[in-house]
Amino acid sequence: MFGTVTLELMKGLWTTVQIFIFTLIFSLPLGLLLGVGSAGKWKILRGVIQVFVWIIRGTPLMLQLIIIFYGPGLWLGHNIWSGNEAGRITATVVAFVINYACYFSVIFRGGIEGVPAGQREAGQVLGMTKSQIFFRITLLQMVKRVVPPMSNEIITLVKDTSLARIIAAYELTFAGFSFMKSAGITWPLFYTGVFYLAFIGILTLLFNYIEKKLDYFR
Amino acid sequence: MSILEVKNIGKHFGSTEVLKDVSFSLEEGNALAIIGSSGSGKTTLLRCLNFLEKPSQGKILVKGNPVFDASQPVKMSEQELRRKRLHFGMVFQAFHLFPQYTALENVMLAEKLLAQERKDFKTNKKQILEEIAEHGNALLARMGLADRAGHYPHQLSGGQQQRVAIARALALKPDILCFDEPTSALDPELTGEVLRVIRGLADQKTTMIIVTHEMAFARDVADQIIFMDEGYIVEQGDAKQVIDNPKEERTRQFLSRFSQG
Repeated sequence: MFGTVTLELMKGLWTTVQIFIFTLIFSLPLGLLLGVGSAGKWKILRGVIQVFVWIIRGTPLMLQLIIIFYGPGLWLGHNIWSGNEAGRITATVVAFVINYACYFSVIFRGGIEGVPAGQREAGQVLGMTKSQIFFRITLLQMVKRVVPPMSNEIITLVKDTSLARIIAAYELTFAGFSFMKSAGITWPLFYTGVFYLAFIGILTLLFNYIEKKLDYFR
Repeated sequence: MSILEVKNIGKHFGSTEVLKDVSFSLEEGNALAIIGSSGSGKTTLLRCLNFLEKPSQGKILVKGNPVFDASQPVKMSEQELRRKRLHFGMVFQAFHLFPQYTALENVMLAEKLLAQERKDFKTNKKQILEEIAEHGNALLARMGLADRAGHYPHQLSGGQQQRVAIARALALKPDILCFDEPTSALDPELTGEVLRVIRGLADQKTTMIIVTHEMAFARDVADQIIFMDEGYIVEQGDAKQVIDNPKEERTRQFLSRFSQG
């Protein structure tokens, strides 16, 4: 039994890992763009981003996931997500990317605004271009500032992947839960918890390493 | 011909007028000190020269060429603005060193970025970078910081940080080096080392504009002094004359507060 459970949980973990990785790959740059836009001087852009972030942060991720998965089918008359596991994972990633990009954008904005104006001015008087100032001066100082709040969000993301169960994506929690339904046993649920703990344990070590790496400057 | 001519510069933020009809000129190799109480517009004037603020009125000419003219507003390209900026160097009150770079990297950064735009950069990369490193090390040595090249800003004292900032400002060989209260953020025992460095630059005939509260230093080092109050130039003239024998009542009042300690 233990072997069967482990195998099923590994399957679920694979889905969880895919959602996690693809969400990060797309939401980090998107969040950075939104963050730069909301720290910028274009008022209209700032307003649009603010309203968007309010809507996304103001409604449950599960609700967004349901709308994104079922909405297209109901509005367009045909489902844009293929009916298999890959389709469910894709829909989940789309919903998660939008949601997490909004949370990340607020963290990035804080990070950008936290870099003193004097840093940019020092770059300007040295004849540096805007993009040189961003990439050579602001960016790394911002990264250092956002690592702790980012690590919080990213750890939350690992656990939020369990929401994908609502559209029947076979992720880790779904896999553990299935044994309770089929075999009436609860220990796989605790075993599932161990999987999450291990996943997050590795991430925590990674964040500690990054923080340490950036410790060489203040 | 004067290296710098400032003509009728005015600057307002909303309805607050910060600079009013400011005009002066500076000869090559001379040092100009700007004194005055806080809020008199000294710092804004320096920021206007460095294009960190845009004057509302007036003209700025470097070596006879207009670099700014409020009556002929032209949209400057980033390239053009950068070129004009490089006439001026700026040393800030709070240093503003880049914390993620060592002292040497701080000094070399701008020069490296400019070099990357050279057509021969790819072919002569190694040699160009070596020259820049040599130049950076020489500048740090001139500031008495040869042994601190590999230190990060947070590992340096305030006085050392400000000297690195001076080396950084000198790296691109500006025509005019501006100092915005370079010692105001320093502990009293650290101001000396920074003032000595600036004095050394004056001895080598570096063209400089120094906003400062160090009256004795201004008297000794500067050739000319401008006294500003409420956005106006109240008095300008030979440094020793302005400090020792001010013509204006307002200047006398200001200076008397300093001599009383």
